[in-house]
Amino acid sequence: MMIEFELNGEKVKIESTLSMRLLDVIRNDFNLTGTKEGCSEGECGACIVFLDDQIVNSCMVPMSNVIGRRIETIEGFSKTERYQIIERAFIEEGAVQCGFCTPGMIMATESILRKGGPITDELIKEGLSGNICRCTGYQTIYNAVQAVLKEVQAHV
Amino acid sequence: MNISDRINRIDSKEKINGQGKYIEDIQFENLHFARTLRSTIPKGKIVGVKYPEGYEGICIVDARDVYRNQVHMIDNEMPVFADEKVSYIGEPIALIVGKDKNNIIRFMNQIEVYYEEEHGIFSIDECRGKTEQIISSHRFDKGNIDSLDYDDVFEREYTTGYQEQLYMEKQGLVGDFCEGIVTIYGSMQCPYYIKNALLHCMDLPSDQIRVVQALTGGAFGGKEEYPSLMACQVAAAAQKIGAPVRLVFDRREDMTYTTKRHPSRSIIKSYLKKGRIVGMEYFIELDGGPYAGLTDVVLQRALLTMTGCYSIENFRAEGISYRTNNIFTGAFRGFGGPQSMFALEQHINQLAKHLKIDPMAFRREYFVKQGDYSATSGQFHEEIFLDQMADQLQLLSGYQDKINRKLPNHGIGISFIPHGGGFTGDGEANHIKGVVKLVKDKEGYVSILVSSVEMGQGAKTVLSKIVASVLAIDIHRIIYHNPDTFIVPDSGPTVASRTTMVVGNLLYRAAQKLKKQMDCLDEVVVEEHYIHPDYMVWDQDKLKGNAYLSYSWSAVAAEVIIDPLTYEITCTDIYGVYDVGTPIDKSALLGQIHGGIAQGLGYGMMEVMTSNQGLIQHNSFSSYTVPTMSDMPIIHSECLMNPYQDGPFGAKAAGELTLVGVAPAIAAAVEDALGFEMNHLPITPELIAEVVLK
Ligand code: FES
Ligand code: FES
Repeated sequence: MMIEFELNGEKVKIESTLSMRLLDVIRNDFNLTGTKEGCSEGECGACIVFLDDQIVNSCMVPMSNVIGRRIETIEGFSKTERYQIIERAFIEEGAVQCGFCTPGMIMATESILRKGGPITDELIKEGLSGNICRCTGYQTIYNAVQAVLKEVQAHV
Repeated sequence: MNISDRINRIDSKEKINGQGKYIEDIQFENLHFARTLRSTIPKGKIVGVKYPEGYEGICIVDARDVYRNQVHMIDNEMPVFADEKVSYIGEPIALIVGKDKNNIIRFMNQIEVYYEEEHGIFSIDECRGKTEQIISSHRFDKGNIDSLDYDDVFEREYTTGYQEQLYMEKQGLVGDFCEGIVTIYGSMQCPYYIKNALLHCMDLPSDQIRVVQALTGGAFGGKEEYPSLMACQVAAAAQKIGAPVRLVFDRREDMTYTTKRHPSRSIIKSYLKKGRIVGMEYFIELDGGPYAGLTDVVLQRALLTMTGCYSIENFRAEGISYRTNNIFTGAFRGFGGPQSMFALEQHINQLAKHLKIDPMAFRREYFVKQGDYSATSGQFHEEIFLDQMADQLQLLSGYQDKINRKLPNHGIGISFIPHGGGFTGDGEANHIKGVVKLVKDKEGYVSILVSSVEMGQGAKTVLSKIVASVLAIDIHRIIYHNPDTFIVPDSGPTVASRTTMVVGNLLYRAAQKLKKQMDCLDEVVVEEHYIHPDYMVWDQDKLKGNAYLSYSWSAVAAEVIIDPLTYEITCTDIYGVYDVGTPIDKSALLGQIHGGIAQGLGYGMMEVMTSNQGLIQHNSFSSYTVPTMSDMPIIHSECLMNPYQDGPFGAKAAGELTLVGVAPAIAAAVEDALGFEMNHLPITPELIAEVVLK
């Protein structure tokens, strides 16, 4: 059937079944390969995208849940100003090694920021503990998020 | 600017914004997909395979499609496709290839394979005493272990389990066949291992075989030898259908059927005279799975540094690797070290306790120094600063206070670890013979041509920085593409912590030569070949002499708190002092330290992976738990600068060392907290309960 939704700010239509995974649709039909598949079981966070204002593991989302909704992938998010701040912090803190977990980490970081309210250490750890990274040991990622917070808070 | 001062990695941006292309992200025209038909039994004869009929667009690729059905690694005993017999659960029998993934899966669900099942062997215990199960064995002595004068003997047994590399990007390759040339693209550590494997299994000359690395999402040893097997398969498939074929594993498939760290059992026996060690015997056994692969090299590496950081006058090392019908084990960061160093360091702790001496003070009595002889009777030719490292670690961790204060359920433990850089013995000279090239173009840009790959560890940044620093040019004038065997020479595999130290040094020398010609307006090409230092003496048959070009050292302390009711372990802090020569980039080194600690922590107390009758039981992120951000301790690290004369700017090995010392330190900390010996890895609440309640 024809499914309509919004993808990175544009209205799109796609011929798909209701049970097709969102991850496959964005990667294969739209060639947006910044969203990665690490496990396909909702356990690693490599495939995180925004569905409306919530992050979801796109490997667990059937297209039936996407009809008429807004999807934002790393490709869309990377056009924003806030992305620039996050990117700079990740580079400067040395938070990227093999990079396979990174787009998912970036989206999860943005999700922490979007929630608003005071952001504690616990909130950061909780917010990123669904994202597995096998390279960095997380400390530089944590530092990068702290650096982002500082910069974002300085701007408000 | 000092060489160690941090710079930003040169390859971060494309990874952060998602534009970087891993193998699964690259588009190929007329791409076909492949899935692997695998053995469902651990051992037996294949009597027949019945494929369903009436399917369009499916191609079966099996042993009959391979010119020589052998995967060339060190030997050639592993088949590309199982033919008449299977030796482990998951052994590939065929690739099922087609353009429609669902069609492939429907087809596969209807395949029937008939076996005549045989009795398999699934443990080290079952192998003991059976010579037909031996893959390799070694024994060497130092001093005279047979005529010792001693008054006490201390003996313990130590075991370790599987560990999965769990690179975040699963194994994946694409094979293409076009105009007579077979090309492999994908996630890999060793483009030339793959090329040589293809040269062996295909009826093609060298100039019709090409291997190109794609952006690689982590490897940790898991993409050292395993991709050679996959490459032989997809090459055969691409040749058969004349189109590109992609083989990317599912996560569960990857975790169940690809190589892991070898399970081990060690026995250490110390002979004492008046409270001093006068001799030590060490015996290790490894489960190698059904094929040798790299098992013998892992065994050798486990044995060669068996006396660790200590000078033991009389010593015997013995090791055996066995053939079983478990999953085949292979390369993993540390390569034998995590097993043998856990055993040794726990033994030293327990021995100190037995003698009622503080484990730090006890170690200091035996620390090796320059001029001493190693386990393999080779002379340490570099300066060694273990005492200073111990001082530094005590300061950094507050060790003395913490070990004395004895808070209930709190523990602190230490480990001291050597790790040899580069291939063992004369491997770099006789086996690898690394070559590098630098090409300066007319605009003054310099290309690095090496077969070393960037897999996350920072090779591109570090090697570019070495060349740029020698040439005194901006790092952005260095070009370093992913290796393509049609373009780059064979500078060896990206393994053994050799990239910075060995390949980096070749580039350092090449850059020094190029520097004199930078004003030249034409293109300039400089080539450098590996030269073996003359202080290296090695006898591979006897395993005697200088086992490594140089050693890197770590001193690690771990602090743990244990829940007295559930025995849940929290590792709160890890302290590390590292001698890796002169670090080329502090940020890159920190990346290795943090990442190594995370994997070491997993190995020490989280990552349980077991096998039942040859089938891996923990094959998903939910059943195999690796550290997340919430599991990480606070990491405190320092370096001790100790430049190595034959490393670029004085750099030595760093990549593997950082993992090895973590698990032993955690084990020691748990012992300190509970007062019970911990002789198995990983240490889980269940294991503690078992030990405490016994
Ligand atoms: S791929 Fe979706 S959570 Fe791992
Ligand atoms: S950088 Fe490799 S998995 Fe995170």
